Amino acid sequence: MLAQLVDMSLWESVVRALIPVLLAAIGGLICERAGVFQISLEGMMLAGAFAAVAAAHVTGSALAAAAAAAVAGVLLSLVLAFGAVSRGGNAIVLGVAINILAVGLTSFLLPQLFGVRGSFQPEGGVRILRIAIPGLSDLPFIGPVLFNLSILGYAALLLVPATWLFLFRTQLGLRLRGVGERPLAAETLGVSSTVYRYAAVVASGVLAGLAGAQLALGNVGVFTEGISSGRGWIAVVAVMLGRAHPFGVLAACLLFGFTEAFGFRLQGQGYPVQITDALPFVVTLVALVIARKRFRRLLDLTASTV
Amino acid sequence: MTTELELRGITKRFPGVLACDGIDLTARRGEIHCIVGENGAGKTTLMSILYGLIPPDEGEILVRGEPVRFHSPLDAIRRGLGMVHQAFKLFPSLTVAENVIFREEPAKLGWIDRKRAVARVQELADAYGLAVDPTAVVEDLPVGVLQRVEILKALYRHASILILDEPTAVLTPQERDRLFDVMRRLRDSGRTILFITHKLAEVMSVADRITVLRNGKAVAELDPATTTPEEISRHMTGRDVEPVRAGAPTALGDVVLSVRSLTVRGAHSLPVVSDVSFDVRAGEVVGIAAVAGNGQTELIEAIAGLREIESGTVTLAGVDITHLDVAGRRRAGMSYIPEDRHRVGTAAAASVSENLLMGYQRTDRMRRGAWLRRRAVADHAGRLKDEFAIKVSGVDVAAGTLSGGNLQKVALAREMAHDAPLIIAEQPTRGVDIGAIEFIHTRLVAARDRGAAILLVSAELSEIQSLATRILVMFEGRIVAELDPDRVDEAEIGLHMTGGKVAGA
Repeated sequence: MLAQLVDMSLWESVVRALIPVLLAAIGGLICERAGVFQISLEGMMLAGAFAAVAAAHVTGSALAAAAAAAVAGVLLSLVLAFGAVSRGGNAIVLGVAINILAVGLTSFLLPQLFGVRGSFQPEGGVRILRIAIPGLSDLPFIGPVLFNLSILGYAALLLVPATWLFLFRTQLGLRLRGVGERPLAAETLGVSSTVYRYAAVVASGVLAGLAGAQLALGNVGVFTEGISSGRGWIAVVAVMLGRAHPFGVLAACLLFGFTEAFGFRLQGQGYPVQITDALPFVVTLVALVIARKRFRRLLDLTASTV
Repeated sequence: MTTELELRGITKRFPGVLACDGIDLTARRGEIHCIVGENGAGKTTLMSILYGLIPPDEGEILVRGEPVRFHSPLDAIRRGLGMVHQAFKLFPSLTVAENVIFREEPAKLGWIDRKRAVARVQELADAYGLAVDPTAVVEDLPVGVLQRVEILKALYRHASILILDEPTAVLTPQERDRLFDVMRRLRDSGRTILFITHKLAEVMSVADRITVLRNGKAVAELDPATTTPEEISRHMTGRDVEPVRAGAPTALGDVVLSVRSLTVRGAHSLPVVSDVSFDVRAGEVVGIAAVAGNGQTELIEAIAGLREIESGTVTLAGVDITHLDVAGRRRAGMSYIPEDRHRVGTAAAASVSENLLMGYQRTDRMRRGAWLRRRAVADHAGRLKDEFAIKVSGVDVAAGTLSGGNLQKVALAREMAHDAPLIIAEQPTRGVDIGAIEFIHTRLVAARDRGAAILLVSAELSEIQSLATRILVMFEGRIVAELDPDRVDEAEIGLHMTGGKVAGA
């Protein structure tokens, strides 16, 4: 039975499920490294998905849709940046508020702008551009899994090593890590923690917004209320499980992507949808309990630097 | 020798305190300049001003003859100052090299040249005998090495003036000797070192020149070749007020508190209290004299049950309390007036009445079942307020609104009202006005006369001298002397406190 469940097309859906979570999680990890506890990924993702669909409907352009998603994410991220960085507010409280705001705003705007409830399909069937890389996409197994993705899919995967290089090999990355760990020490040496934290939060807004665009226009081309359905929260957990390390976060996202894809597969086998939908969150809980010590350490770190 | 750094008339006022009072100081190129003084003499404030952390109210700073104005440490760093703080300002998860090069990274187009960074740090380390591995991660390193990293950070930024703020407090004797070697090498390379300390043996062994601060003033500039530890100590403590004697104690009773071979570990698992033994008998006041950071705080916390005991025993009125919790120790007969009256001694958000109730709330006098007897609580608070002359409009106001002296009286009243066999009084008069000091002293003496055993810790030698029956001097976690307050003067106590006698300087 297992062989039947785990095949190539499962891996394709793993990567599909992985990409939005990974995009958001990379944003979250950059914030974590800068010392801002970013839990508003869910809301920014949702806002990004809505903005993408709305822009696609109006312009018919995928590029405009992605840009609108990024802008929506940035606008929400600026709320967090201003509140937590400039005003010294609690990032957790602000993050919760942003998440609630995004839910309310999108379900308010949906009937207001498009006159529908529940879900909305933009005209023109706009999708994020999908590119099969010539040659590579014909490779057995990895071809369809890794080389037949949307642009945002490639971007997410490439961002993993890129983020690693940025954090651990560049001047800006070193300073960002310093700011996250000891903001006062960094200030003493002339590095402004405000600037770096703003940049990190805005970057997470862009990435989580794009994650929303991928979610809405990557495969289906439709916005549904609450379309992010907990993926932003899973990204938050992935940052912790992966200890804010790019490859660790990738591994955590893979785990969740696999769980989600596997859940779909089980649904196909006739398992109740309630159980299969709950699977990623059960895995999250189990992973958190297993990694409790690390989790606590990260939380401590965050608490001491925010 | 040329003048590297000059401070002229530096004055800094904090609300109610004149922290620096027209301090002049001149440091020359290539000298180790020691700045000594008791706690609160203004050393740290002066260094914070010099490093751009706080602005002076008056006075000017000249670096190599040029007047400068620092608005931030960055300004100071750019003028060639480097500071090694008591609490290191390092990034724990970064490597030594990353910490050193932070913001001054050797780089091409934003990419850090890691080879060059490591080589440069290694080169500096070798040049001054600072043994470190540039690739090690800072959080894995012992404190002694962290200090070297801080020094490297300053040297990497071309510091010509190095400020070391009580650098030896966290070091083992071996690490300290190595640090002194490094300091001498730095001096020989033409750098100026401002070395802040209160340990006389260190001053005598490493200083080229000494400035003594007392009560915010530079009271003396001395040459170690022609001065003595006694003279420095006299300048540091020099008080002209003769302490008032508390009158002859009554006959001593039984041993109430007995501490045997007590060892306590502190931060970085260094022993902060090492093999300490002493007794306190009924009817006597035993004073512990020590410069801050020599283990007296940890000793008291260990006795009070706030800190884990590594080894040894504590016995109170015949009961072994070594492994009891605070409640158990209090039941055995301990009351405790903590040093930090704001955070440990009282609860700021609770009312005066509630603060006075704490510790009595489970007595039948104060409660009926789960309910407090409001009348009894109010009577208790009112009585203590009158008896201890706590100046407050009503006992229902929040304790946090009280002045320092009145707040201390709240803590004192509550603890004294237990009539416990043992009273631990930790810095009972710090920061309170003269009237309150007299009152607190009188109450402590009265408790002694009714047969309480009192363990008194104070940084004020005059307080210890006037109240204590015996003086125990702590230095680097050990009791280094037991003195009779009638037979010693402050200079001699001070000498023991700064290790002047044990180190044989």
